[in-house]
Amino acid sequence: MSAAEGQAGDIILRTRGVGKTFGKIVALNNISAEFSKGAITSIIGPNGAGKSTYFNLLCGAFPPTKGSVEFEGKDVTGLPQHRFAHMGIAKSFQITSVFPQLTTRENIRVGLQALVSRYDIWRPRARLTELVERADELLALVGLWESRERAAKTLAHGEQRALEIGMALASQPRLLLLDEPTAGMSPEETRIMMDLIVKLAKERTVILVEHKMKLVLGISDRILVLHHGELLAEGTPQEVRQNEAVKRVYLGQREH
Amino acid sequence: MTETPQSIKQPAAATGSWYEFATRHRASIVAAVILVFPLVMPFTALAVNILIYGLYALGFNLVFGYLGLLSFGHAALFGTGAYLCGIAIVHFGWPWYAAIAAGVAGGLLMALLIGVLAIRTRGIYFAMVTMALSQCVYYLFYQAVDLTGGENGLRGINVRTIDLFGLRIDFINPMIRYYVIAAFVIAAFFVMSRILASPFGAVIEAVRENEMRARASGYDVTLTRLLTFVLSGGFCGLAGALQALHLSIVPIEILHYETSGLVVMIALLGGMGTFFGPMVGAAVFLVLENVVSVWTVHWQLIVGAIFIACVLFFPAGIWGTLIARGRR
Repeated sequence: MSAAEGQAGDIILRTRGVGKTFGKIVALNNISAEFSKGAITSIIGPNGAGKSTYFNLLCGAFPPTKGSVEFEGKDVTGLPQHRFAHMGIAKSFQITSVFPQLTTRENIRVGLQALVSRYDIWRPRARLTELVERADELLALVGLWESRERAAKTLAHGEQRALEIGMALASQPRLLLLDEPTAGMSPEETRIMMDLIVKLAKERTVILVEHKMKLVLGISDRILVLHHGELLAEGTPQEVRQNEAVKRVYLGQREH
Repeated sequence: MTETPQSIKQPAAATGSWYEFATRHRASIVAAVILVFPLVMPFTALAVNILIYGLYALGFNLVFGYLGLLSFGHAALFGTGAYLCGIAIVHFGWPWYAAIAAGVAGGLLMALLIGVLAIRTRGIYFAMVTMALSQCVYYLFYQAVDLTGGENGLRGINVRTIDLFGLRIDFINPMIRYYVIAAFVIAAFFVMSRILASPFGAVIEAVRENEMRARASGYDVTLTRLLTFVLSGGFCGLAGALQALHLSIVPIEILHYETSGLVVMIALLGGMGTFFGPMVGAAVFLVLENVVSVWTVHWQLIVGAIFIACVLFFPAGIWGTLIARGRR
């Protein structure tokens, strides 16, 4: 194990003064933050705070207009999206994003295959049996074993979200980025998802974007609060909850 | 730790239905059908045409049905294959097998050229860019009169005999010509089935299903698209080369956008994204064209009406509808 992968408390991901503008709109301004290895860090904030923009910079969906992103000490700013998966960063989308016509198992199998074989046009993929086995393990982990032969588009919303997490795990990420994983879920589905996230966080670093502060207070090691594209506060759940600026932003915003 | 369920190594077990059987032995079944095909056709040249257009549509379907991009410029790939094969024979006196290889290489290369320029566009823009580029190819070949014969077409592709390991085969005999061309088509079907069953075949479908997800999973979507387009060009180039040998002439119309439109129609008729759909579509279309044009000069009206009816009532195509029935 290299020095970079030492004890918990090491920094796995860091942004230095990142900003993003869309035309004249400043979506994100000068955010510097560090994410500890092995922790659950949540990024919260009201609508339009820049959470999703920040998330997309972290996972490489688009590059920042200013500043840099470092993963495990390496500058990864502006690398194409598909390279992030190979480095060990995986993400789930805010809007459910699966391969609708493929079976649940094939969804995960394709995710796994990305690490093994991308351009082999000749040998039968049926020979890659270990991928199917690992797909089945992941299906069991996210609770979709029963639905393995069903087309992904026929799954319930909560199941599709779980499938997406299974697909994100397929690339064996050291860093898992989740964008509002409980969006649109029933309370029951939300509870199952939160349990799953806690379970997953035991073996990897998790960064979570969430609209509802209440949801993440209990499970996060650290919380970043964004507001109007700026970093408003940062700290443990306890500190954030007592922060006056945060209280002001969330005041009157009924949690639903 | 969640318990891993038992018997996960078991692939989907055969149920013994005709559908399972047909799926498993699709390569051998198509070979058998191709063998008896000319015997049931009104004349052999039609059977050859069906094979060639079926192969052309097979290549097109890789991009259209499996990758999910509508190309309106596949005539350029088909035509380049035909012209390069013809030019190799007429101007350079290459043997038939080298000329076919030249046709395949031409299809691959042209697909690479067009692909590099067009592959970043989507939807209607991809259709328009590929069509515009294929029109450029049309004028290029149209202007290069010394090599291509311009609007008269490239004449004099006379391959009378084919030498195969000392064996001299009479290529003038229509039946023998059919089987020689069928051998190439069967080989192409085999290669296509390998591609679709390969890991890359899964990537092609993943990109069609969800581009963003494929990218997040670690696939280079643009490169996957380009590679698929180039592979498609190889099949279309082979079809073109066989067409040149079959007709002994390459008419300039082969590069016309109507040839691009025709293959879209054939693929839709048979069933986009199905393995045999393109061949079925080619058979139905060409037989219809032949039968109907015997008793009326307005055959396009009737074939067009049948096409519209098919699209309306069998949106999955003729073959696609049959498969959907079989799966039930």
